[in-house]
Amino acid sequence: MSEMPLLQVKNLHTSFFTDAGEVKAVNGISYNLDAGKVLGIVGESGSGKSVSAYSIMRILTDTGRVTGGEVLFKGENILNYTPQQMQKFRGSRISIIFQDPMTCLNPTFSIGSQLREAIRIHTDRNKEQIQARAVEMLQLVGVNEPERRLRQYPHELSGGMRQRVMIAMALACEPDILIADEPTTALDVTIQAQILELMQSLQKKLGMAIIMITHDLGVIADMCDEIIVMYGGKVCERGTADEIFYNPRHEYTKGLIRSIPRISEKHEKLVPIAGSPVDLLNLPKGCAFAARCDHAMKICLEQPPEEIRVNDFHIAACWNNVRRMMEDGQLEVKDGEEV
Amino acid sequence: MDITERKRKERQLIVHTVVSLAIFAAGWLFLPILTEKILLGVVLVLIAGALYFSNNTGRYVCKRVLLALLTVFIISAITFFAMNAIPGGPFSKEKAPSAAVQAVLEERFHLNEPVGKQFILYLEGLMQGNFGVSTKTGREISTTIFDSFSISAQLGGYAALLAVVLGVLFGSIAALNRAKAADRIIIFFTTLFVAVPSFIMATLLLLVFCLQLNWFPIFSADNQSYVLPVVALMLSPMSYITRLTKTSMLDVLGQDYIRTARAKGVSQWLVIFKHALRNALIPVITYVGPMTAYILTGSMVVESVFTTGGLGTKFVQGITNRDYPMIMGTTIFLATLMVTATLLSDLVYKLVDPRIDFD
Repeated sequence: MSEMPLLQVKNLHTSFFTDAGEVKAVNGISYNLDAGKVLGIVGESGSGKSVSAYSIMRILTDTGRVTGGEVLFKGENILNYTPQQMQKFRGSRISIIFQDPMTCLNPTFSIGSQLREAIRIHTDRNKEQIQARAVEMLQLVGVNEPERRLRQYPHELSGGMRQRVMIAMALACEPDILIADEPTTALDVTIQAQILELMQSLQKKLGMAIIMITHDLGVIADMCDEIIVMYGGKVCERGTADEIFYNPRHEYTKGLIRSIPRISEKHEKLVPIAGSPVDLLNLPKGCAFAARCDHAMKICLEQPPEEIRVNDFHIAACWNNVRRMMEDGQLEVKDGEEV
Repeated sequence: MDITERKRKERQLIVHTVVSLAIFAAGWLFLPILTEKILLGVVLVLIAGALYFSNNTGRYVCKRVLLALLTVFIISAITFFAMNAIPGGPFSKEKAPSAAVQAVLEERFHLNEPVGKQFILYLEGLMQGNFGVSTKTGREISTTIFDSFSISAQLGGYAALLAVVLGVLFGSIAALNRAKAADRIIIFFTTLFVAVPSFIMATLLLLVFCLQLNWFPIFSADNQSYVLPVVALMLSPMSYITRLTKTSMLDVLGQDYIRTARAKGVSQWLVIFKHALRNALIPVITYVGPMTAYILTGSMVVESVFTTGGLGTKFVQGITNRDYPMIMGTTIFLATLMVTATLLSDLVYKLVDPRIDFD
């Protein structure tokens, strides 16, 4: 037990209780995150990747509720924390940055006031120290003229600048984990690269673990130690970046990789994944992706696939993978299973 | 080119503003009592000038003050000519006085002059701070306004304060308990109070709490109970503010920056009353300025039902008596109050929302 992971998510379930019924956004995901590592969570809109992060932070909207599972931070289940404990925990041990920096800063307070607030809540520094820390954080994230910026309001800053401020705010109390919820989606492509670079360099400098949530496999390709591919609130596939990119086992992952544009193959058309995301109000009996899968078999529609270990660095939940592994003799056929 | 042109224009505008302000201040303040008012006038002009040069806000305030003066002038002109256009006059009554008396009276109030001349004479008086005397009672209009406004201001001040405080409070409670019992109850009553006209509400309050329950005495000179009139004045604007706050609060609570604040570890209490409320109040402020002026100037109806007297009552009495100086005095006073309140609420707007730029 010497090597306990920093964060363990075990069989997490989250639902939104709406007038239309129970929307099952996250349906039993599990993963571990070690200190100082970068974990990528990939999936399309509605795959439950953001909701799983909000569940960890417990910042779901009123209708959302974690209905099952555990989130262990250094072995302690933070889902059992009281609201007061959770307040101290948020922003100090785990921080989060969001998708749209244009709307994530309060327009009626200055940058400085919001940044200083983040520092003040979790430390007992005095006024001068807080101010000094705020200036230091802005310098760290590459904001020029930090003293002047602190006096400005969000509307006076560009999108990239605001995201840098968000990052400064999130890292001000030296958290162990930074959750980045699509941090570059709302930004220009050139700014995207800058922000990703900044996050990478900060990760090296400060050594925190990062959970990088994105719908863009390309964004996290060379940043992540491990990648989780999510669909319909479940983990499709989990493995090291190399395994996911060069040895994808789930049909959905393969589809995602086919839809990444490549500079080397010039005249190849991009292949989109046909169909629309699964209806979370009425989850299918079998594999959530079956309706859109080109290789769906009978069993895919009837029974949800289990997570199968492909190798030490790779887990996949796909019946096609099971079939392939059985054909290769890597898996034995259990009694009563028909493919 | 462009910049120098703009600078020249700006300088011109500055000169015009300062000069006109100076003239106005001089006209208004110099004549009756010289020493103190000269000082005050100089200070006024200096403040205006200083504000003007420093930044956009100062410039904006100067422009708005000038426009406000113009507005009040136009309102008084319209009122003056409209009231003179109606046949009859202050002294045409059932029992008309003798021709000689009438002539003396008309001479005294300049009613024998052409209307244009009368207006100029009135403005001249006004510039000297002289609102004239009532044609009915012979008392100074300024004294009457001052006395009756002190009643209205006391009533209205409490009512406006309560309306804002309670309205924001109930609105926030309703928003935070959306679709729960507290929200339903608050929205039921506020809808009721917005819908029921103030004269019915005032009468009902009087009937129930004074006559039936005997909780409050009926208003009289020896027993000045302001509770019921304040409540009657307050209910409708309070309800409106409640609904406004609720809508705007719900909108703000769904914003991304509220999630950011929660993610930072800000306590629930501070999230609501610091991060959310400040944004939620922006639409409320727009309403509060004119509302305050409206309440302060006194709702005639509430004043009459409770017989408290006040500016609204004097205004209506002035009209029924064809008391020209009284009509003019109250109109100008009310107009000034309204214009000032609107200007103030626009300035407060800027304080709360830094995105507002006055240029």
